[in-house]
Amino acid sequence: MTPAGSLLVATGLCKAYGTTKALDDAAFSIHPGEVVAVMGPSGSGKSTLLHCLAGIVAPDAGTVTYDGRDLTALGDAERSALRRSQFGFVFQFGQLVPELTCVENVALPLRLAGVRRKEAEATALGWMERLQVEDVGAKRPGEVSGGQGQRVAVARALVTRPRVVFADEPTGALDSLNGELVMQLLTEAARAASAAVVLVTHETRVAAYSDREIVVRDGRSRDMERAI
Amino acid sequence: MSIGHTLLGLLEAGPRHGYDLKRAFDENFGHDRPLAYGQVYSTMSRLLKNGLVEVDGIESGGGPDRKRYAITDAGITDVAHWLSEPEKPEPYLHSTLYTKVVLALLTGRSASGLLDTQRAEHLRLMRILTQRKRKGDLADQLVCDHALFHLEADLRWLELTSARLDQLAREVRR
Repeated sequence: MTPAGSLLVATGLCKAYGTTKALDDAAFSIHPGEVVAVMGPSGSGKSTLLHCLAGIVAPDAGTVTYDGRDLTALGDAERSALRRSQFGFVFQFGQLVPELTCVENVALPLRLAGVRRKEAEATALGWMERLQVEDVGAKRPGEVSGGQGQRVAVARALVTRPRVVFADEPTGALDSLNGELVMQLLTEAARAASAAVVLVTHETRVAAYSDREIVVRDGRSRDMERAI
Repeated sequence: MSIGHTLLGLLEAGPRHGYDLKRAFDENFGHDRPLAYGQVYSTMSRLLKNGLVEVDGIESGGGPDRKRYAITDAGITDVAHWLSEPEKPEPYLHSTLYTKVVLALLTGRSASGLLDTQRAEHLRLMRILTQRKRKGDLADQLVCDHALFHLEADLRWLELTSARLDQLAREVRR
């Protein structure tokens, strides 16, 4: 791994839950606009790594540096503010607010940042067009298909123009065709916006959309570019 | 699968007669396809000619003379090189990969490193195919998808084998 010029760098990450070591000296780095897949067996620590990188979980040891700032040294409020303004998130499911329409869901991060409704929804619709879901803007999440819902979630993750998108098994609940479409649109939109993508997946066909792969086994990470 | 490299790898543990080599090969790799004696001797004479093995001794008895073969330093280097090079990803590669994994375990080399190298090579090809698919028409997409599904199956085998290396090491070293 070459951290020079990296946007997000982690070194020596350790995290235990009780006596179970989830991370054991894990390392990671990603450049602006790069898509890095984090792979590994179930329970290997890949989601914990993503949570530490995103500042959601504090590691027991090690450092996470984002754009030159040590995330582990920030207070909760500062870290939350940084997450809202710089990071976007896509999860496997259950991330859209069921009471809001899809366009309101996509506009939500902008509204929370103080952007007026009309402007926020206009920006949201622009992202929904890119993700090919502009026609479901007025529907609620319960009224759209799983694939459409996931593309709405991707639009919401990108609407604030984050510099890093964290995607945890973003196609895990989708069939092959919808999974491919989500990956294609997610990576194209992220690359066009120069956003880095940290992609946690156990599917190699999904990982093939990345530029590079990190494998986590027993809490330790390995950069597979170095394997050859 | 390279019979020559496999026999060389089996010789690393110590000198053997041609008959012992055939038996070791059949026990480890020849479950459904035992090696013919003729193939053992023709392979050994090629390895001798190339300086990868040498004759360690000749036993004379009632029948024909029995040569005992030993691997040379050049032979050890050749095995090491073969094990460290990833195979070209293609369908039905598993028998060569299985042979390499078993030989790595038998010769004390890193089998998990070998699997990781192969995994990286597979994923590299999957990235190329995914790129081609993104830019291609439907026919390209379907052709690439067929290859991608096969490579994915290989990768699942690599992952599963990685998780079972300790168990396999115990079995092959029995």
